[in-house]
Amino acid sequence: MTTTLTGTARPRRFATLRHSAVLAQRSLLKTTRNPGPIMNGVVTPALFMILFLYLFGRPVAGSTGEYLQYLFPGILVMGAGLAGMISTGSAINLDLKNGVTDRFRSLPISRTAPLLGSVTADILRYLIAVSILFVIGVLLGFRIQGGMPAALGATALAILFGFCLSWVTVFIGVIVKSAEAVLAFSFIAFLPLQLGSSLASPTDTLPGWLKAWADINPVTHVMDACRALLNGTPEAGSIGRALLWSAILFVIFCPLAVRAYGRQE
Amino acid sequence: MGDNGFEVDGLIKQFGRTTAVDGVNLSAPRGHVLGLLGPNGAGKTTVVRVLATLLRPDAGQVRVAGIDVRRDPAQVRRRIALSGQHTSVDDELSGRSNLVMIGRLLDLRRHDASRRAGELLSRFGLDDAADRPVATYSGGMRRRLDLAASLVGRPEVVFLDEPSVGLDPGKRDELWQMIRGLSQDGVTVLLTTQYLEEADALADGITVIDHGRVIASGTPTDLKREIGGHTIVLRPAHADDLDPAAAIMARAAGREPDRSRRHELVVPVAGDAEFFEITAQLRARGIDVSEIAFRLPSLDEVFLSLTGAPTADAKDAA
Repeated sequence: MTTTLTGTARPRRFATLRHSAVLAQRSLLKTTRNPGPIMNGVVTPALFMILFLYLFGRPVAGSTGEYLQYLFPGILVMGAGLAGMISTGSAINLDLKNGVTDRFRSLPISRTAPLLGSVTADILRYLIAVSILFVIGVLLGFRIQGGMPAALGATALAILFGFCLSWVTVFIGVIVKSAEAVLAFSFIAFLPLQLGSSLASPTDTLPGWLKAWADINPVTHVMDACRALLNGTPEAGSIGRALLWSAILFVIFCPLAVRAYGRQE
Repeated sequence: MGDNGFEVDGLIKQFGRTTAVDGVNLSAPRGHVLGLLGPNGAGKTTVVRVLATLLRPDAGQVRVAGIDVRRDPAQVRRRIALSGQHTSVDDELSGRSNLVMIGRLLDLRRHDASRRAGELLSRFGLDDAADRPVATYSGGMRRRLDLAASLVGRPEVVFLDEPSVGLDPGKRDELWQMIRGLSQDGVTVLLTTQYLEEADALADGITVIDHGRVIASGTPTDLKREIGGHTIVLRPAHADDLDPAAAIMARAAGREPDRSRRHELVVPVAGDAEFFEITAQLRARGIDVSEIAFRLPSLDEVFLSLTGAPTADAKDAA
């Protein structure tokens, strides 16, 4: 009657953490088999970087070298944001649709472990995307002027923001019907969020309506903070605003996503 | 009571205003295969999802391996496995990685998880494909892997939701063998299907549901019997004998035989007494017979008369 699962089952300490780790491994293994999403987080920003650099470099900043110092930090933030917007949201949606989630839920693991696993794996994916972008930036001539700690700080900030922003897509991935819809949403959100910001030039130089939006846009604050850090002029104000926005996104969308995921029937 | 693999008593499940399952009772003794039969939208999948703890029942008692699904879903999950309507294996991972991952989620040590994966891959004939991504598998291989994934945790009860959908007949026979193997190992199986042939071939008991209610249950033979008695089909050797033979059948059965087929007479009867009566009369009159049958209705006829809808089999054949 009380047959246990197997003779080798281990005591169930930290079960949720351990199961999330197994599922994070799965998610990363899937990335190595299908690196599309991560490439998206690298190729798109890299293309924008090269495009903007040679289109606007001279007219805006006088030389491409000067402009790269301005442009690159924003590209880094774009990379982290994109990697997060694309991966977990659509992966979770696919799992829900094709029955993999049903299997997970019929296993004796926490209902939210698959979600936590995938989001944990995302952090590694950001790191990879951001590292590749760093290499491309340096090859193009970007110089880190704030020293190593500032560079790490900027990277951490970009990844933190990407992580917090990804919960919006995760939430959408859980509640909408198709993975295509998740991608469509990410694409529609991409333009105003990433481009309607201080990415290409300071918001003061933008036309009034765009400046009004760019000044509110959380992405602008994160880009400004990373730019200041990487150029050796850290600025408490923009860092504070970047952290605040990250916290706001996280506090609203993480519980919403986790709850919606746990309740899905 | 404690000897049932699962039992459902008065299950009700609603989605908004629609009642998907409306007072269903069913059960299977340990080690039995219960076929849950019904047309599309009858509520089969909902019943399975409640049993597998994916949905909470709105009312009714649901026990799996003796445990109440509402009171202790985590304990239920330790004893069950679900193989869904769509194969729920990961396309991008290899067959082996899929199984190892499930083992790890079931708290097997890494070593034990890979040993168990290896065992199951061999048992399901997937050795050669073990390290290829599942995306390269054929439909039959995926179904076998899915079934293997269900067995990693040595479940006591397995729910198979329309396992043979989309398989060609050869692969279906292969799957049936494996399901029989499960029940020989003492696993209780709930099998939903639209194919009567499948239920007839595998199930110890059958429960038929339609519109969320049970409309019949019993062994396959019970069901055939319940729907009606036997039918006598007679084909005289000479076309000239059709009229006198029809008269004999009409006298014995108390009704005119159906003559919608050109050389055949068909009449329903209450039991074998009429059969012997008819054969005796035919002999006495010297009527030669080329074919005579005394048969139970086919399960397809049973299904049609229960639900008013032909089965998937019959539709495919048409």
